Amino acid sequence: MTIIPRQARRHWLVAAVCAAALLPAGASAQALRIGLAEDPDVLDPHQARTFVGRIVFNALCDKLVDLTPELKFVPRLATSWEWGTDGKSLTFKLRDGVKFHDGEPFNAEAVKYNIERAKTLPESRRKSEITSIASVEVVDALTARIVLTQADVTVLAQLSDRAGMMLSPKAAQAAGANYGARPVCSGPYRFVERVQNDRIVIERFADHWNKAAYAFDKVTYLPIPDSTVRLANLRSGDIDMIERLEATDVKTAKADANLKTASAVGLGYQALNINLANGDKAKTPLGQDKRVRQALELSIDRDALNQVVFEGQFTAGNQFFPPNNPFSDKSLKIQPRDVTKAKALLKEAGVNGPLSVEVTMANNPRSLATMQVIQSMAAEAGFAVKLKATEFATMLAEGTKGDFQANQYGWSGRPDPDGNIHAFVTCKGNLNDWKYCNPEIDKLLDEARTLSDPAERKKRYDAAQAILSKDLPVMVLYHESWIWGLRKKVDGFVPHPDGMIRLDGLKFAS
Amino acid sequence: MLAYAARRVLVAIPTIILVSIFVFVLQKLLPGDPILVLAGEERDPVVIELLREKYRLNDPLPVQYFAWAWQALQGNLGISLRTNVPVLQLIAEKLPVTLQLAAMAMTFALLIGIPAGIMAAVKKGTAWDYAATGIALWGLSIPNFFLGVMLIFLVSVQLQWLPASGYVPLSESVSQNLRTMIMPAFVLGNALAASMMRHTRSAMLGVLKQDYVRTARAKGLLEPRVVLRHALRNALVPVVTIGTLLFGELLAGAVLTEQIFTIPGFGKLIVDAVFNRDYAVVQGVVLCTAIGYIGLNLVADLLYFVLNPRLRVR
Repeated sequence: MTIIPRQARRHWLVAAVCAAALLPAGASAQALRIGLAEDPDVLDPHQARTFVGRIVFNALCDKLVDLTPELKFVPRLATSWEWGTDGKSLTFKLRDGVKFHDGEPFNAEAVKYNIERAKTLPESRRKSEITSIASVEVVDALTARIVLTQADVTVLAQLSDRAGMMLSPKAAQAAGANYGARPVCSGPYRFVERVQNDRIVIERFADHWNKAAYAFDKVTYLPIPDSTVRLANLRSGDIDMIERLEATDVKTAKADANLKTASAVGLGYQALNINLANGDKAKTPLGQDKRVRQALELSIDRDALNQVVFEGQFTAGNQFFPPNNPFSDKSLKIQPRDVTKAKALLKEAGVNGPLSVEVTMANNPRSLATMQVIQSMAAEAGFAVKLKATEFATMLAEGTKGDFQANQYGWSGRPDPDGNIHAFVTCKGNLNDWKYCNPEIDKLLDEARTLSDPAERKKRYDAAQAILSKDLPVMVLYHESWIWGLRKKVDGFVPHPDGMIRLDGLKFAS
Repeated sequence: MLAYAARRVLVAIPTIILVSIFVFVLQKLLPGDPILVLAGEERDPVVIELLREKYRLNDPLPVQYFAWAWQALQGNLGISLRTNVPVLQLIAEKLPVTLQLAAMAMTFALLIGIPAGIMAAVKKGTAWDYAATGIALWGLSIPNFFLGVMLIFLVSVQLQWLPASGYVPLSESVSQNLRTMIMPAFVLGNALAASMMRHTRSAMLGVLKQDYVRTARAKGLLEPRVVLRHALRNALVPVVTIGTLLFGELLAGAVLTEQIFTIPGFGKLIVDAVFNRDYAVVQGVVLCTAIGYIGLNLVADLLYFVLNPRLRVR
């Protein structure tokens, strides 16, 4: 044995550590690293509530149906489906030979178990999405019939997201509410590990029914909340793609020769919501007189807002459905800014002198900038807008209590039109914090839920939006776009309006 | 000394109880309802009621506190409202990360602060002194988050030497771990190095005027030996004590640094927990930090006890 003197040994060790520290990170060609804007919550599709969680589920858990960029529903675990003649049942033919990550088979029994779990698990956040499902019948091993309490066409859309994701019944039964610690589904990737606030690692599932479409052996999701740092990581090559690139950073990303961007107009909207009847704070001219709300709307130049705050990357809007949604009403045009008319309306409503309006918004640069632009635009028409920035959690609490005159926030959006409008403007809607109540709207929107003919549905939505655009409980301002930043070598990414990252077809250019 | 330590530990117990009550009440005073955040975008009233029951949020505050304290005494700090992970497990996962960051930052601070302090004292009034003092002023004034982002742009984006952010556990790869931790540790240690330099400088200036230093020089000792062997030893006593106390400050600074560099440590844990009103996590982390702080103070006191013989005669 050679004896190394202590001194020399120490030098050697120091040199080795330094050398090791300076070696570049070894990157495997088969591994993809994705930067997320937040850390997901529980990794249980039935309990989860965050947007980023859904991005991870898209790789882990297959759902019954999927959504195309054109918002059409396409087969995933279900190969076809058929509505019952009365619209009160929906029968799914299921894909044969599908296995869960634990080797258990996927079949109609599994569908029944999953939907029942989503409906009954005390911690389930899916209950309100599938209230109309009465039961699930197992017709045969590969046919499941969903029986509804009433006709409800929105169910299919619900089953294209978390409520339609299939968990291994065996694993879910064993883990109960703790399933999220180690999710077992049937998606193209299986769960490896999670370090909270740091990473979620998944690996390719060798027995997936469509495994050839997935190029990466391993995918790591890294939550990096600071948008500047997220972009810096992409630019330095430490990660391969990021979601929610800031609109104001698109220019920087485009100027970088190693990067490219992709975008899709999202499903949701951002709005100014006005308290009409929720407590004392509703008792303002703005809450009580729709002419005042119309005047406020006329004072806003939505295109200028989009240009100034978002460098034109988003889409100005005045409807509950973005323009890429087939249910958007092409004839309901955005009114151009008209300060003179706004002033006249205010005068008609008996408002003399600047009208003080307090707007609550989340304390983030985006909402702040949006409201500052609106503040200065509205000032010209005779509104003295006072801005009150709070944390999101506080704003929500104040919203439900009615402790606001107006607030600015949005909705992430759903593929089915019902999910974007019903809960916000029907008298008993869960999310109707402003307590807008109009029986005619309730009738139109309740009916639209039950109709299977899209043309008939659209008529109801158009009629409802025509009324809402005059009553203005919710003043839609713009539709966000999902913007992704990618290294040039990442090929095959298809942007979807739901903001998800689908890994099929994604690969590194050779 | 043992009796002294035991006495100090006993005194610490009411402090910890008070801290836990204080944090508990303070959290409940925060506006915002955790259940509204937890219920998801749809805010289903059925889910909201179930969650309130589950987390006992309908109980009066004292009942909630005692329920928590009773569990805490049995070593159960509850589970995270957001992710269902036990709080104790989260703490065990995150604490080592922050401790490593703090230890590395402290190493940076010592390596930069002490030599710079010595130099500034020895070369008092020269350009060296002014340069060191100027740099220290810069170090104290530049905010963590600014320095962090600037370094990321220079070192990671432009030069591509180090990863911009993220974390690799020591157990997985020592080299990768160091690559991810060097920049944050430097950023965190930067301000500390500056105050360390100031303390070393003033302590050294005091010591260098002492008679025994003059005697050492009169003996004909070489200047480096006078400074490093004779003066520095005595000047270090207050610096060591201050260093121990500043370690607590490092934990506070780690909150920002971890946020910038996306290091999954204590700081990031508590920021996320506060924003999500994840009561159990905030409570557990603060309790743990309070115990750590008190522990560090105890260590500093005991260290002083060891270093200063006069304290022992009482």
